[in-house]
Amino acid sequence: MQRWQMTERLIPRDLSAHPRAYAPDYKTSVSRSPNQPLLSFPTTQTEITGPTFGHDMIGQHDNNLILNFTGQPAIGERIIVHGRLMDEYARPLPGCLIEVWQANAGGRYRHKKDGYLAPLDPNFGGCGRTITDADGRYEFLTVRPGAYPWPNRANDWRPMHIHFSVFGHSFGQRLITQMYFEGDPLIARCPIVKTIEDQTQIDRLVAPLDMTMAQPLDCLAYKFDIVLRGRTQTRFENRPEGM
Amino acid sequence: MVQKLDHLRETPSQTAGPYVHIGCTPNFAGIQGVFDDLGADPFPGEGDRITITGRVIDGFGTPIKDPMIETWQAGAGGTYGPGTRGWARIVTDPETGEWSLNTVKPGAADGQAPHIAVWIVARGINLGLNTRIYFPEDDHSADPLLSRVEHRHRAETLIAKATGPSAYAIDFVLQGANETLFLDI
Repeated sequence: MQRWQMTERLIPRDLSAHPRAYAPDYKTSVSRSPNQPLLSFPTTQTEITGPTFGHDMIGQHDNNLILNFTGQPAIGERIIVHGRLMDEYARPLPGCLIEVWQANAGGRYRHKKDGYLAPLDPNFGGCGRTITDADGRYEFLTVRPGAYPWPNRANDWRPMHIHFSVFGHSFGQRLITQMYFEGDPLIARCPIVKTIEDQTQIDRLVAPLDMTMAQPLDCLAYKFDIVLRGRTQTRFENRPEGM
Repeated sequence: MVQKLDHLRETPSQTAGPYVHIGCTPNFAGIQGVFDDLGADPFPGEGDRITITGRVIDGFGTPIKDPMIETWQAGAGGTYGPGTRGWARIVTDPETGEWSLNTVKPGAADGQAPHIAVWIVARGINLGLNTRIYFPEDDHSADPLLSRVEHRHRAETLIAKATGPSAYAIDFVLQGANETLFLDI
């Protein structure tokens, strides 16, 4: 008889790795943050499973934000953003969907709610997607987004950033985050960045310049690795009936 | 001294912000022709539909108009997947904040009462909020999650109301007296 039964579970989420829900310097969080404690419970099939996406759903230019809107090149500083998706045990996560969105090079989103002075770029939509390869690697070609002001405190500016929506293999691994750029002085001033209290975790969101991937006479590159929650196993010792 | 554990920490979350739909449902955001919006129908071609409607309500009691909601559920037979089967992306009406999910009623999976997992992101939400939808006609007495809830009125925030044949309603309340029970999954 097998001595152990195993079921897969997610490593409990370390909430200190994340922003606080209530962060009054980010004013919108005040009325959108739950007051009551979260209910913790053991992983069920609902959280350990999740949607999976096939490479065949990705079009040729889906990960090329410079060309994917009109086919004509967007204006701005051309950059590669690349990295690895892995779990807390540093295991690569292959076959996972990553979606990105961002402002154009002037700091303007193609969105009816964005009325910033900077003009729209007729050739920039601002969305992209890809699926990680067998080693968990991904890559986008885009333009560096501009910083922009936003209505919060009197003179708040978002640092240059790219939004990432990331799937793992489990619904409980789902994550949305933002990537920042090495050297941007606005990072330290941003109330959204500072919803994260742990500076070492903030640093994890800042992508370094990666000259090994920069293409001579073409584009610079930044590397942004992403870590999702790990999966492990719970062991149950088999016991005879009645014990 | 001891050896250092070489595990990594999870990448921190950041708010999805006001423009999440550009990335996740670009056509809904008015960006056409790049690629299709995903998650429009969790069970393409499968019958016996139910409709669930609701709103996401902030601490002022106002429906918010810019969230993105994802749901994940078992099919009628109580199994998950394959692929994107059972997964949906929901946007709200930009004027009223109402959302609607057209899906099949999930079967019981894994010893749990039938339910739909829900994940809510929006501007002002710094870490995506997890909750669940249960159904009023089912027996919840042995459900491992609901049986952990100490206060009955908190558990009731997860149970949709029947509003008609195959129709249900549930609001997700972010804050206040009727705050939804959110989950550390």
